Amino acid sequence: MVVEIYKEKYRGQIREVVLGATGAEGGTRSHTITVGGETTLPFLHFEGKIPNRPVVAMEVWDIVPEDWPAGLKEYFADVLNDPAAWAKKCVDVYGADLIALYFKSADPEIRDASASECVATLKKVLEAVGVPLIVYGCGNAEKDNLIIGPLAEAAEGENLLLGGAELDNYRSIAAAAMAYKHSLIAQSPIDINIAKQLNILISEMSAGLLGRIVMDPTIAALGYGLEYSYSIMERARLGALNGDKMLAMPMIGNVGHEVWNKKEAAVSASEEPGWGEQAERSMAWEAVTAMALLHSGMDILVMRHPGAVRLIKKSIDDLMKENSYATT
Amino acid sequence: MILIGERINGMFSDIARAISEKDPRPIQEWAKKQEAMGAAYLDLNVGPSVADRVSAMRWLVEVTQEASSLPLCLDSTDYDAIEAGLEVCKRPAMINSVPAIQEKMDRVFAMALKYDAEVIGLAMNEEGIPKDSESRIALAMELVANCDAHGIPLERLYIDPLVLPCNVGQDHGPEVFETLRQVKLLSNPPPRTTLGLSNISQGAKNRKLINRTFAVMAMACGLDSAIANVCDQELLEAVATARILLNMDIYCDSYVDVFKSQNK
Repeated sequence: MVVEIYKEKYRGQIREVVLGATGAEGGTRSHTITVGGETTLPFLHFEGKIPNRPVVAMEVWDIVPEDWPAGLKEYFADVLNDPAAWAKKCVDVYGADLIALYFKSADPEIRDASASECVATLKKVLEAVGVPLIVYGCGNAEKDNLIIGPLAEAAEGENLLLGGAELDNYRSIAAAAMAYKHSLIAQSPIDINIAKQLNILISEMSAGLLGRIVMDPTIAALGYGLEYSYSIMERARLGALNGDKMLAMPMIGNVGHEVWNKKEAAVSASEEPGWGEQAERSMAWEAVTAMALLHSGMDILVMRHPGAVRLIKKSIDDLMKENSYATT
Repeated sequence: MILIGERINGMFSDIARAISEKDPRPIQEWAKKQEAMGAAYLDLNVGPSVADRVSAMRWLVEVTQEASSLPLCLDSTDYDAIEAGLEVCKRPAMINSVPAIQEKMDRVFAMALKYDAEVIGLAMNEEGIPKDSESRIALAMELVANCDAHGIPLERLYIDPLVLPCNVGQDHGPEVFETLRQVKLLSNPPPRTTLGLSNISQGAKNRKLINRTFAVMAMACGLDSAIANVCDQELLEAVATARILLNMDIYCDSYVDVFKSQNK
């Protein structure tokens, strides 16, 4: 008996966004990475196209991340003082598809580093690795507005992915992306209406930016509202596949950032004997969070733990295998 | 909501004059204007005063296609005129319309198949427009059965339950809403639905208010498309809002602008 597999017909497609630029394209990256392009829900290869695999970015900070648990820091112990070496290790040893560089030092309450100091670090990291870069400021909007322009200018043509434009503060990042040919992250606070509105506002600044937006819907860690971000992402993706062009952007999520400050990742087994060993538990917490997000349509996962990265990359390999029912 | 621009119709004096003087400019201006306002189709009707409807329809199709690439909705009770138009249409068109009268259905569905056209089917027959929804549904079912018998996918059939001006046939309103609901249960996949929206307000004051109120109420009952005044900004805004309230589009503060631009 032939079983007919039901297939949903969607009329929309997620926009493809290219990250990075090679020498021929005006940058210095060894290769570019394309995300998005899906015409169906995650990994339903039998139903539509999933032309580009999800990718994993690893975090690199321009200061030593004092508050990371020791069990996480040990993987980077030899490079934590040197962002360029740290980035190189993530790519060469841990298999990062791209690097997410955080200019934490610029925070007025940390070191208040100047734009030129940040530019110098950016240049070193660009030299050290060939993969495309994601660049975040320090999280202080006022200060980020001061450094994002010089960073974008110094890397003109590299097609960085600049983060993160928010509803009340998107103009400087969008302007920097426009002027110096970069892509940008549109960040919304777990709110699909704001996510859509922000995409509209950015694309109103320049229609050319429409194909260069990656959405960050803001994710939550396992146990801290993961299912809420999951359902927001799922709704956005379904809307996009049903023709909503203003939600048809690839999505990015800061998995490491959300997971590693939670007690499940930070507390030792001696404090919580019932929870199991901290090293294994914390890694699993990041991997499980990332796995759920992959299934809700995340295209770029920003992660920290090399073990979790390895697990997720292996899972992506498996999930990207064709599962067509077409011939039976 | 699929909007079919109603303005190229010989009932309007500028279009009637353009047709009689063979002046393409007013027609092409309205074609461009309605396309810019978000029409998905352009309705073409040569009007009641033309002697040679066949050649007038052919000419209307040709000059409209010079100005717009939108698909056309050929609006006539003269099927020779419609066929003459279909012969020169560059892309699949819509036939407006056929009642549930057997010989007319035979001709129109065969024509639809030949020219890959969509069809608007009217819930009326030799006896006219029924008053109650049950009779309208029965006629819609005849249209569905005939469409299906010709092998035309039912998504290419648009059932028009037919609306009367509210100051004349006020009691038809609730029957039309009920018909819209029931039509969606006739088949799987169901046919689509359409209405000549401006009919509801013929001869009334506050026409635009009546039109847009009717549009959103009908949408809530399953209306998929309408032949309408697409240059009515407030109508477009009401339709955009109804789409939000019916959870057809995801809300954002600029939803009205998004609807208008996505319609283009």
